[in-house]
Amino acid sequence: MLAFLGSFGDILANGPLYQSTFRLAAILVFAAAGEWVAERAGTINISVEAMLLGGHFATAIAYTQTSNFAFSLFVGAIAGIFVSSFQAYLSHYLNADQFGIGLTLNILLLGLVAFLEPNFDLSTKLAGEVKVPLLYDIPILGPAMFGQRWPMYLVYAVVPLSWWLLMRTKWGLEVRAVGEDPQAADVTGIHVNARRRHAILYTGFIAGLGGGVYLLGQVGRFESGNIGGKGIIAIAAVIFGGWTLRGAVAGCILFGYVDALRLNLPNIVGHDFNAQLLAALPFLATIVVMLIFAKHTRQPASLARPFIRGLK
Amino acid sequence: MSATSTAKRDRIELIALYVVTIVAAFVIAAILVNTSGGSWSKAVEAMVNGAFKNPGRWGETLRRAAPLLIVAAGSAIAAKAGIINIGQEGQVLIGATGAAFIMTKIHPGSPLMLILGVLLGMLAGAAWAGISALLYYWRRVPVVLSTLLLVYLSSQITGYTMTRKFLLLEVIEGSPTKIQNSAKTAVDSRLGIMHIFGNNVPLTVPIAIIFAVGVAYMLAHSVWGFRLKMLGLNPRTAQRAGVSHVRFGTMALLTSGAAAGLAGSLMLATGESNYRASSGFAASVGWDGLLVALVARNNPYASIPVALAFACLHTGSNFLAAAGVESVLVDVIRGLLVLALFIPPAVSELRKKRRVLATLTERA
Repeated sequence: MLAFLGSFGDILANGPLYQSTFRLAAILVFAAAGEWVAERAGTINISVEAMLLGGHFATAIAYTQTSNFAFSLFVGAIAGIFVSSFQAYLSHYLNADQFGIGLTLNILLLGLVAFLEPNFDLSTKLAGEVKVPLLYDIPILGPAMFGQRWPMYLVYAVVPLSWWLLMRTKWGLEVRAVGEDPQAADVTGIHVNARRRHAILYTGFIAGLGGGVYLLGQVGRFESGNIGGKGIIAIAAVIFGGWTLRGAVAGCILFGYVDALRLNLPNIVGHDFNAQLLAALPFLATIVVMLIFAKHTRQPASLARPFIRGLK
Repeated sequence: MSATSTAKRDRIELIALYVVTIVAAFVIAAILVNTSGGSWSKAVEAMVNGAFKNPGRWGETLRRAAPLLIVAAGSAIAAKAGIINIGQEGQVLIGATGAAFIMTKIHPGSPLMLILGVLLGMLAGAAWAGISALLYYWRRVPVVLSTLLLVYLSSQITGYTMTRKFLLLEVIEGSPTKIQNSAKTAVDSRLGIMHIFGNNVPLTVPIAIIFAVGVAYMLAHSVWGFRLKMLGLNPRTAQRAGVSHVRFGTMALLTSGAAAGLAGSLMLATGESNYRASSGFAASVGWDGLLVALVARNNPYASIPVALAFACLHTGSNFLAAAGVESVLVDVIRGLLVLALFIPPAVSELRKKRRVLATLTERA
């Protein structure tokens, strides 16, 4: 029993665990901060997975060509917007089924990346580490939150940006109105489907950037399997957070922690766990967490309902 | 303009749009092949050879098409009820794993073993989809999300059963158990294979067609199908008419999961990956089947040719490597093709709507 408690203490006081929690949560936060906006506009945007992958891949290509970190991240964001434009225009201009489009984009992009990858001699590396003075010295959390490679710090910008855009601008008010009651919004002169498209394009921008940050700030080397399901977990985080941004971020941290636990648990406890069960842990945890917490939230009233004028 | 000529023009427009988008999808794919150093004409030739021209290949294509059709018909059931189940890939895999338990472990002798195995496979697929139903009706977790999450989980769970001897890991005396798959299924539990003109056509092909036609008939002509349709079109009206959302929604989800499980267990019974289950066993049958249903707009009859086309792409891709093109090209083509098939009906709807609005404003 004592040994068990001791190892429990090891887990709680383990510095590297918090560092990898931050890194793994960061990519989820990028995806979730974008997805949150899209869902408040009324779209469950499952192609956020494809947007992450698009950004991830485009950043790798751009970095291989230019060796410029900032420019590569920019290219990643543009690639994210490009992927999201398909989702946006097909599902909210042509009114094709949003889930069908999202799923197809996910499959298409995975194939496209696998097909194109051998043509590029991809070589990327991690960006430089920046330790924020003073804040870095906070015990345990300091190194985790303020001792990362510099692209990771963009996460501190995208969360307030998403919040400000959606909660403090006229555009954001309209986007929220469109997600709650599109008919009413339409009557007041808001272009419902345009707002929904904007929200999805914004998701693409943030998620593409996130895919790039994940490459240059965390993994360092491109592999098409790097993203594998992270977008889906980010969607779960948005739902877990009851469609509030702070809840979504909390969800990302929780799921990031579980993911970090998966990577670090064998080292900390010194016991070999079954590889498959460990790999299943983030998804299993997501489902269990949803089962416990998902009930008492209120979703945007028109979530996943297409808007066609004259049809209710 | 008279109504009939408008309808005729609409139909011609729709067909023209289909032709344009499909051709565009293939042109994009051809450009991709050529820019990556391949030759598109060789790629096409290889795919035609792989899909039906070479000896024994059209049998392979039919073998691939059958489970796609079963999965697609199952997806149509859920979709009719307005439930978006996109976790077929996981349900196929879990179904095959469930069937493997009976087919490799328990030996009641033929043909009971086959029947029991398939039944357990269907049950496993249904249970896997049932988790999503539970999450939705009890906790309001969107079915789209939970079914997707369960896909990721399913391959890990199946992988786990392949690492433990008391579960499914094949035990070979004196050899290291590195390759993680199940033992071969018992001979009793295998489904017959017809030999037609040098092609091996498994019995899943007629089963799949009967299943698809049965589903189409039930959806169109039975009370059950009518209730599902009512639920999908307007849940509130359905509830007032005594069609319980929970009961019929759950049932639709379970049925579509069972269909995916059926596809998985029949694949195992007819010798997919040499009668062995493994964590990669589903081989995109679930995803493909779902896309078939989406493209066929949840019409089981229309799913038959679409499933055949998708199967051709798959079997054709096996010959691509020899032509110097990566076989993942097919994933790209399939994705582009599905996007291409989404566009025409949506465009034609949009135009129709605009025309109606225009006549309304004219009258006003």
